[in-house]
Amino acid sequence: MSNILALVEISHRGEIAASARGLLAAAARLGTPVAVVASARPLTDDDVARLGQLGAVRIHSAVTAAADTVLVTPALEALSGAVELFQPAAVVVPNSVDGREVAARLAVRTGGGLLLDAVELRGGQGTVAVQHSVFGGAYRVESMVEGGLPIITVRQGAIEDQAPPAVPELTVISLDGTAWDASSAKAAVIDAFNDDATGSARPELRSAATVVSGGRGLGSAENFVLVEQLADALGAAVGASRAAVDAGYVGHAAQVGQTGVSVSPQLYIALGISGAIQHRAGMQTAKTIVAINKDGDAPIFDVADFGIVGDVFTVVPELIEALNANRNVHV
Amino acid sequence: MKIVVLIKQVPDTAEERTLDLATRQVDRGSAERVMDEINERALEVALQLKDADKRTEVVALTMGPDEATQALRKALSMGADAGVHVLDGSLAGADAARTAVTLAAALKTTGFDLVLAGNESTDGRGGVVPAMVAEHLGLPLLGSLASADISEGMVRGVRQGENGTLNVHAVLPAVVSVTERSAEARFPNFKGILTAKRKPVTTLSAAGLGLPAAAEGIARTVVVSTAERPARAVGKKITDEGNAAAELAGFLVTNRLV
Ligand SMILES: Cc1cc2nc3c(=O)[nH]c(=O)nc-3n(C[C@H](O)[C@H](O)[C@H](O)COP(=O)(O)OP(=O)(O)OC[C@H]3O[C@@H](n4cnc5c(N)ncnc54)[C@H](O)[C@@H]3O)c2cc1C
Repeated sequence: MSNILALVEISHRGEIAASARGLLAAAARLGTPVAVVASARPLTDDDVARLGQLGAVRIHSAVTAAADTVLVTPALEALSGAVELFQPAAVVVPNSVDGREVAARLAVRTGGGLLLDAVELRGGQGTVAVQHSVFGGAYRVESMVEGGLPIITVRQGAIEDQAPPAVPELTVISLDGTAWDASSAKAAVIDAFNDDATGSARPELRSAATVVSGGRGLGSAENFVLVEQLADALGAAVGASRAAVDAGYVGHAAQVGQTGVSVSPQLYIALGISGAIQHRAGMQTAKTIVAINKDGDAPIFDVADFGIVGDVFTVVPELIEALNANRNVHV
Repeated sequence: MKIVVLIKQVPDTAEERTLDLATRQVDRGSAERVMDEINERALEVALQLKDADKRTEVVALTMGPDEATQALRKALSMGADAGVHVLDGSLAGADAARTAVTLAAALKTTGFDLVLAGNESTDGRGGVVPAMVAEHLGLPLLGSLASADISEGMVRGVRQGENGTLNVHAVLPAVVSVTERSAEARFPNFKGILTAKRKPVTTLSAAGLGLPAAAEGIARTVVVSTAERPARAVGKKITDEGNAAAELAGFLVTNRLV
């Protein structure tokens, strides 16, 4: 079987990114998964075991101090080197901020073709085809690359399965002292990392089964707590409209929509969100949609399976109470 | 300092956008075409620099059909000094690879100290063109900046990453892309609209840029099939008269959603 390179992202704190599972699963559908990692410190035995569990048959580990000080280039160099070494049939990369830039530059370098934001992949007989979900899921488009290496960015959270585990064969190379140089004028330099506060017990927005989102209708950051309370009563992730993010009710990572995260949960609850087309683009493929809005004409009701014309400050506290009562009956 | 801002005309996202299932391209007629909001924000970064230092030269560069001139006019009325339009029938339906090669060639003819772009367009959403242009030009990219601080010879900014933000910098010349967290754009004023008519717009063709008529030697991305998702079934809508919460709780329990 042909080699498929998968770019595994690793944070400056040394954590393997959550995207690794779906990415290696995607690679396994197309061929033999080869994990490519660029990091400042060598991988630990635990990292190697973890990548094996996730399906990496080989690991190409490129080590350079620049991985913590230069944007994108270390991962790009690791991947370009691996393309020469492994002659892959395809390269898969997370559709992340860094991943997209790596894929873009790799395509120019190798003359390969880009398939962006794939939500589904299939391979066979030397071809690779991927599906994209466009205009907020209104269309499914299948595409492929002609005349070059397919370089695929995979939507985070879209691939749900896991590749069969393997005992990986590890190769370690040093990227230091090679043709590129972190100190050169060509580098985009990282001066500091300002990580988001972690430790939230809530599920991750992209993959959560239930999402509760709040909009401008919540009125203030203090009131936005209501969204979090309902989310916690349901074990849900917290989302938001762009207006709520712009007003500072909640951090940018919570934005759902065309320019935010796309979610496809079992249940999506929109509180005080009008349902602008750009918001719907990120949530209308949810299995069940619930909306609570004061304005009976709000467009969110056009996509809602269950809509309540009402005040979130009245309905939501009552709903939380009803849900808790229901839980007490059943436990 | 000379700044070139990359501008794309896109279907207005405030309207329903459709794919032409026969040509497999965005249906041009289906929504009004406007300058992409994210490019307005990129232009705003350049214009703020120009507000502070009048010697700053701001050029708007677009690639697109005839009507893309409207997007250039908008940029000029907001305050850009000149426009450049890469206009060539052979570029219709160009993918990201061909777009980037063309823009990079155009940028070599205009010259620049800094290239500013949006992080991703609202129609393609690929978010790869700025990085591809940077690779063609052999330049650093400071991508996805929520804010940019440009000074003589240097750009510093705050990049929106996956797990937080990063403080980053690069030496000029460089390519920068901004996110929608970057400052909202100004509206053209009356004087701007009047003077825009007198500002120069240069037209370039693919052949004039020395580009082959078709993308030889580079891989192409081709669409194999497209399918429309069925519309959602109409749901239930009730007005709260004191028991809506209880009804909703019942609905969630019955459908095993809690
Ligand atoms: C290029 C572009 C990209 C965009 N990308 C996104 C995106 O990714 N995500 C996104 O969300 N938006 C996006 N937008 C913005 C979008 O157009 C809307 O402006 C935004 O979604 C509105 O947010 P909202 O529904 O919270 O606010 P509003 O539209 O102001 O709606 C607030 C709603 O709350 C209701 N309300 C008020 N008080 C109460 C109450 N007490 N109880 C119940 N209901 C109440 C009101 O009836 C109203 O319907 C984008 C726009 C552009 C131009």
